[in-house]
Amino acid sequence: MCTTCGCSSTPGHHHHGDEGHSHEHHHPLKKIVIEEDILAKNNRLAAFNRALFKEKNILVLNLVSSPGSGKTTLLERTLRDLSPRYRCAVIEGDQQTDNDARRIAATGVPVKQINTGAGCHLDAHMVMHATESFDLDNLDILFIENVGNLVCPAAFDLGEAHKVVVLSVTEGEDKPLKYPQMFHNSDLMLLNKVDLLPHLTFDVAQCKEYAARVSHDLRILEVSASTGQGLDDWYGWLEQELGK
Amino acid sequence: MHEMALTQGIVDICEQNAGGHPITTVVVSIGALSGVVPEALEFCFEACSAGTLLEGARLRIELVPGRACCQECQSEQPMERLFDPCSQCGSFLMQIISGQDMRVREIEVED
Repeated sequence: MCTTCGCSSTPGHHHHGDEGHSHEHHHPLKKIVIEEDILAKNNRLAAFNRALFKEKNILVLNLVSSPGSGKTTLLERTLRDLSPRYRCAVIEGDQQTDNDARRIAATGVPVKQINTGAGCHLDAHMVMHATESFDLDNLDILFIENVGNLVCPAAFDLGEAHKVVVLSVTEGEDKPLKYPQMFHNSDLMLLNKVDLLPHLTFDVAQCKEYAARVSHDLRILEVSASTGQGLDDWYGWLEQELGK
Repeated sequence: MHEMALTQGIVDICEQNAGGHPITTVVVSIGALSGVVPEALEFCFEACSAGTLLEGARLRIELVPGRACCQECQSEQPMERLFDPCSQCGSFLMQIISGQDMRVREIEVED
């Protein structure tokens, strides 16, 4: 037996970092060309979801942000205001607890909680199964509240029509530069908690300029989920997307 | 850390293509604008490959530099970060051409 790697003297064995340690034996090695996207499996399932949502004529939005930006409060308010007009459902993503799902359920809208455990993002497979609990034939808008995290959810397509990034003014205005992937991949940015601006030094114009650097066609709406300021613009955007 | 999920993806793709043979080398290409940290991939690779056909395999990461084309002055150039302005005219209207991909390129297996 080889004492360096413990292999049972199978020839041709080669390890990372074992340069200088030479095996006398050689297996013929065969090269196999693959050229496959690492996210191919997720992308396939996302394409499946997207086709299903299109067939059922459902507008699906993937809400992303850092923890504490006010996604759930924004959703609660949105659902209370819109559910008389539209049939909505929500998928809630968190590492642990069903706290958010219970808040959404209190609005009377169907909700499905996904706990990712140690996972830092939702993926298309989780969403695929979560949608099984809804009556997709009787749905206009599906909101997916992703795990609060400005990094990882950017890479995983869920089959949504748009990523909507929520940034609150209690965060730094340079978030778009610090986490460019997320802002780059989003189509709409909701600048939330603007009712608090008089108490803060947050520079709205600077924030918008940073966001435009990362994504020049990013739509930006200023809102406050708690006072309702600017929400008509958000509802107008939703209405416009529903008509497409 | 989504590098863990990405590495699991790499392992799955390699196993599907190896025809049951032990894998000695994996070559992946990672775009500089993909948001993936190569060191984190390497770290996760050892954990994810244990007990699979990839156990003990060497992971070779090829870095693909970012490239973009300015929508204002049409100049094509390298891009290091997603918010880099055009080096010629300063515009942020940059169309990314390459550097966002993450691919498993090839594997080497014991025949």
